[in-house]
Amino acid sequence: MGVKVRIPTPLQKMTNNQAEIETQGKTIAEIIDGLEKSFPGIKGRLCDEAGKVRRFVNVYVNDEDIRFLEKEGTKVKEGDEVSIIPAIAGG
Amino acid sequence: MSYVKGLKCRECGHSYPKEALYVCEYCFASLEVDYDYDAIKKVLTREKIEKGPKSLWRYRELLPIDGEPTVGLSSGFTPLIKAENLARELGVRELYIKDDSVSHPTLSFKDRVVAVALTKAKEFGFDTAACASTGNLANSVAAHSARAGLKRFIFIPADLEMGKVVSSLIYQPNLVAVRGNYDEVNRLCSEIAAKYGWAFVNINIRPFYAEGSKTLCYEIMEQLGWTTPDHIVSPAAGGSLITKIWKALKEFKHLGLVREVKTRVHCAQPAGCSPISSAIMEDSEMVRPVKKPNTIAKSLAIGNPADGYYAKDAVKESGGSADIATDDEIREGIKLLARTEGVFTETAGGVTVAVTKKLIAAGKIPKNDSVVMAITGNGLKTQEAVQGHIGKPVLIDPSLASFEENVKGGASWALK
Repeated sequence: MGVKVRIPTPLQKMTNNQAEIETQGKTIAEIIDGLEKSFPGIKGRLCDEAGKVRRFVNVYVNDEDIRFLEKEGTKVKEGDEVSIIPAIAGG
Repeated sequence: MSYVKGLKCRECGHSYPKEALYVCEYCFASLEVDYDYDAIKKVLTREKIEKGPKSLWRYRELLPIDGEPTVGLSSGFTPLIKAENLARELGVRELYIKDDSVSHPTLSFKDRVVAVALTKAKEFGFDTAACASTGNLANSVAAHSARAGLKRFIFIPADLEMGKVVSSLIYQPNLVAVRGNYDEVNRLCSEIAAKYGWAFVNINIRPFYAEGSKTLCYEIMEQLGWTTPDHIVSPAAGGSLITKIWKALKEFKHLGLVREVKTRVHCAQPAGCSPISSAIMEDSEMVRPVKKPNTIAKSLAIGNPADGYYAKDAVKESGGSADIATDDEIREGIKLLARTEGVFTETAGGVTVAVTKKLIAAGKIPKNDSVVMAITGNGLKTQEAVQGHIGKPVLIDPSLASFEENVKGGASWALK
């Protein structure tokens, strides 16, 4: 068992239409690298050249925005759920 | 006749077809409608607009629909009021209220975006409308989709003002109150939107929806005799309105409908949730989300504004500024607008008035300039915010003696 990552619709083309992926890693950065191993090219969609999560991508660990935690360095453990969600409008 | 070429990523410029898409699959930035401005320039004139319907649809060429408008045919084209009393009180030469508190049918500027979003949703063939909302959008989607014959699912934070809940429920939508703040509601909705094939106006219809906001500013320019004001002060929640105000100014200039744009756009947010204003005031590159918004201006309580970066950039590009208002200042702003101009606005309007006052006092809006305040919602929906702060009626018996004792000669008598 690893960490469950929920993939947003616009990226599911890259994951053979899978909405949830199990992967391994101790931090968000490692999780993204794990995804990249299984689905080459996905990291480039989520991160800029410096490997930072793009400003329009929201990443949550069990409902908590990683910007309120340790950003890419946020630790994850087995059984955690990571959600990747594009920014959305409001009002 | 359509002037829409397709959709385009705001960041990387990648092109997409005209579909219910909202996010670039390459860089995750939002998509924007790509118009054929050369074709629009050939057909759109001041005269043509002036002969158009008295609604936001008079600017149809600059809105992203293919056929004729079918929703919100009476929305928009709200009054631009010259606010001489308030101008005197704030010490500025020329002040106007763009009064969307009387927009048809649900008394907020959201009637503009929903008119466009649902016309487009019907063109796409959707049978269900949905939204995540802090209240005004909920009211507007509920009302417009009832009339348009669409099924409707509306998601709101559970702690909204009763006026906003009632003003949605009356149209009999599926109203879902989520235990959580707006950002949590929005997050849930993005997952629901991915799973169900509904027209979520602020998610998968967003590129089209957001264009409706431009009409508020088109009207300002037309109502000022095809000129632009020196300043526009706008409230910000998700940041879309400010972004679109700036876009509207540039579009009219590009199309030759106004001669020049010297307008500075200013951002007004509540102190308890000011990610965009704070970024501008601190000159920060980053728009830091606010984890737990805490303000009486619930319609502006969006901690993670989707268009925050674009709003910040628009303000900076225009040479504008930003400020924030505390709960007390918001209430005073609402009362000030009502007392001087006879307009009862909601808490977001109170934020705009309070911030305008501060910007004039600080000299960021020079006293000899012209200013337009975007008043985007109606005070009847947020009565809790001012109850207990506006006094009470004087209670008397139905007799002249009681009137004279308690009112005319009584302690509370003051010539108002």
